[in-house]
Amino acid sequence: MTDVARGRTLVPKLSSLSRFTFVDVVLWALRIGVVMVVVGGSVGTLIRGRYGAVQWFEFLVFGVTMGSVYALVALGYTMVYGVLRLINFAHGDIMMTGAFSGYFVAAAFAGSGFLDRERVLAMLAIMAVAVATSTTIALLTERLAYRPFRHVRGLAPLICAIGVSFFLEQTFRGAFGAGVRAYPDPKWQSGTLSVLGFGVPILQIMVVAAALVSMAVLYVIVQRTKMGTAMRAVSEDAEAAALMGIDVDKVVVFTFALGGAMAGVAGVCYAFIFKQVYFYMGFTPGIKAFGAAVLGGIGSVPGAMLGGLFLGIVESVGPALFLDGIGIPAPYQLRDLIAFTLLIMVLIFRPYGILGERMAKKRA
Amino acid sequence: MSAATVDLADRACHRERSPFRRALGVGLVLGVVAVYGATVGILPLMDARWVIVDVVSLGDAALIAIGLSAGAAVAARTTSSEFWRLAPPSLLAGGVAGALVALLTLAMQVLPLRRIFIALSPDLLKALNFGLGAPLGGAVLIVSGALLAVLGAALTRAPEGLRKPVIVGLAFVVIFGVFQELIQIMMPSGGAIDALRQSVYTWEGLTLGGALTIFLLASFGAFVWTEWLRGRARERVRRLSPAQRRRAKAARVFLFVLLLVLLPIVAGSYIGQVMMLVGLYILMGMGLNLEVGLAGLLDLGFVAFFAVGAYATAILTADSSHALASYTAIPSLSYWAAMPIAVLASVVVGVLFGIPVLGVRGDYLAVATMGLGEIVRVVVQSDMAAPLLGGAQGILQIPKPRIGGHELADPVQLFYLTLAASAVAAYFAWRLENSRLGRAWMAVRDDEDVAQALGINLVKVKLLAHGLGAAFAGLAGSIFAVMLTSVYPSSFQLLVSINVLALIIVGGMGSLPGVMVGATALVGLPELLREFGEFRFLFYGVALIVMMRVRPEGLWPSATRRRELRDEAGESALGEPEEAAALAMRRVSDLQD
Repeated sequence: MTDVARGRTLVPKLSSLSRFTFVDVVLWALRIGVVMVVVGGSVGTLIRGRYGAVQWFEFLVFGVTMGSVYALVALGYTMVYGVLRLINFAHGDIMMTGAFSGYFVAAAFAGSGFLDRERVLAMLAIMAVAVATSTTIALLTERLAYRPFRHVRGLAPLICAIGVSFFLEQTFRGAFGAGVRAYPDPKWQSGTLSVLGFGVPILQIMVVAAALVSMAVLYVIVQRTKMGTAMRAVSEDAEAAALMGIDVDKVVVFTFALGGAMAGVAGVCYAFIFKQVYFYMGFTPGIKAFGAAVLGGIGSVPGAMLGGLFLGIVESVGPALFLDGIGIPAPYQLRDLIAFTLLIMVLIFRPYGILGERMAKKRA
Repeated sequence: MSAATVDLADRACHRERSPFRRALGVGLVLGVVAVYGATVGILPLMDARWVIVDVVSLGDAALIAIGLSAGAAVAARTTSSEFWRLAPPSLLAGGVAGALVALLTLAMQVLPLRRIFIALSPDLLKALNFGLGAPLGGAVLIVSGALLAVLGAALTRAPEGLRKPVIVGLAFVVIFGVFQELIQIMMPSGGAIDALRQSVYTWEGLTLGGALTIFLLASFGAFVWTEWLRGRARERVRRLSPAQRRRAKAARVFLFVLLLVLLPIVAGSYIGQVMMLVGLYILMGMGLNLEVGLAGLLDLGFVAFFAVGAYATAILTADSSHALASYTAIPSLSYWAAMPIAVLASVVVGVLFGIPVLGVRGDYLAVATMGLGEIVRVVVQSDMAAPLLGGAQGILQIPKPRIGGHELADPVQLFYLTLAASAVAAYFAWRLENSRLGRAWMAVRDDEDVAQALGINLVKVKLLAHGLGAAFAGLAGSIFAVMLTSVYPSSFQLLVSINVLALIIVGGMGSLPGVMVGATALVGLPELLREFGEFRFLFYGVALIVMMRVRPEGLWPSATRRRELRDEAGESALGEPEEAAALAMRRVSDLQD
């Protein structure tokens, strides 16, 4: 670049400097601060070299595992948002219902030894029960709570969704107790398989595989079936879709069913990873998964998958990579901080996400 | 809860023609409500509280109410005026509701449900089927459900002179029975009042004779009121001149304040403590009301400002190693010096939180602010901030405020502090609502783009909403810190934000009296019914859903809001875009006058 060219670009910049307000200063400070923490922390950590290749690989694999769970949950958010323009605040809790119902089956199987004898069959049965439960509950919430708000604009639907979230949580607390219940922990799940020369726990491979299969099925449904096409049409333009003879009610029900099923799989995976269920467990992963959905571009199915994976990896690698390097004690406590910061940064600076630019233009 | 459910049932059944199918729907819904209450554990808890000792528990009363409302729902939806036509569907509705409960008892006897549903205990079974075993207990449930429903239908159709007194009498018995502890504490021992107390209550609760007395007195009072006094009172109010009406209103406000001042003295420190908590939530409610109710900025990170107020007070005044005084040259401040600083700190944080989310709208804003609130909690809880803020243990030993040499240690005295703070805050909120700024907020709420196009400075207006809302929360947080004399992160969960949101929605968005009603209903009531405390969040969830569906303007809506919702935007909660835009235009033209 020549000096002349540089000068030319500099002049309008200077004149627009007068409109560079306090607000812009804060926003730029936020951007620069986050970048500095990320870069400075990474450099610091890598120079210190406290973590070896094995550890980084473990972080990465755990990130991919969590990311695929987030992706499953994010799919529910993104599809419902696409069709209804509603943040289904209760979606995390629908995941919790799946985990809870799976728990009762899993505990019974663990007690009878079935979980150790017929591993695949038992896991499939647990998943099936969880999927059935969370799909049912997703459909019920749609029918009883969300349908009356189909044509209401403004904050009312979101507030109702917050209410649904509380209602589900507290119902489960009342019916099944407030305590944390330990998920069964069969020995075979903690055994490792060798991947690229590193040992990876079977559980994590199982979770990733379950998520990949579910997402593949979902992708085929959304892209190839008639109902999936109708769904995409409705999320493109609900009115036009209705004019073309698509039964929007049916599509909405179908969307909730799909989202609920994905949340059921995610719930069981999440519960097996953390080995526990309790009534509040769906909240944090739910919010994070919403962040993942926005990150990928809300309304976009592949976006939700990518966003989930990205969030999982950042959250898993982040504390060690970014925070340890700048000398923060106990960085793992701040895992949620990284996820929420990512969520907020996305909402502020790129609300249309990676793959969702078309959607965002229509929104604005 | 049941009234709202009845309404839902009504709507669901509206489409069907046949009265019997409609009755079946009503019965199913109410039966599900009863079974839900039992499974979730509300009914067992209610069963533990007597309305009339050894005769009727609160749980029984709830089941009776369900039976009665089955009939009432059927009656309300049937147009035919002859009672004999109403009776069979009511019988069906009550019977179906009873049958569902009977099915639950049967299932409890046959299946090992207890292993999964912890609330389904043998005690509950005994309470539900009267200890009568499978076939007989179920039959009793169905028959009594059916009969209660007929009674309910009859009551709904009864002339007002009969219906009102019965309902009022029953309500009084329930109130005097359920809150017997509080009422008994309020009655001083010795003298005539003590004799009165002993004639109605035992130490356990209401006696049968006492309940009858209360019922008769209350019914008689209601009868006299509806038959003779009401008409005359209305006549007199109608004849008042505007000046007299204004004076009457001022007198009512004065009486209300006087009642608030005197009640804790009469009722003791427990009531004082509850009222103080309600006062804190009213403070926060008024703050969030500015943000959500007036400016339409749904802020779910509101608790962060509460936390800032509390922590600022703590580090400025506490007698601990985390206080600023212990490691800097800043002297330890008195509460009165620290409170304004705490409020100011909240405003600063409110504005700082407001800036990045300026461009984020609607539901995205809700999630973004919630994320900010969670970040604050995570940071405060972590080891990173522990040297400054005490980590999970928090900061202890915050001194109580002093006036001269006198320490405000008693909850009642702190209540007066809260009351004074609330009064000042309410004055500000009231003036803001009717100010130029308040109308600008409302314009932004109705349509941001139109508001901006008409010359409202969005940045300024929104930041003022965040900052001023935060000030109220900071004040509440500051009082909260001295109330507990300690602060720790677990007091500042997202639940607090949701709690405040729920109370302004129940009371009525944008309405000051609504905030008070909402706080009393959602904070005071669960606090008085101690054992139901764990169900308060269930109650909030239901309240949010039901209010949004049935009465989006709240229990005590502001006059503007009511006008908008009823006359201009029709039935829908927040209207169509064109109407909203028109409304915003009108607001702005108001503003330019």
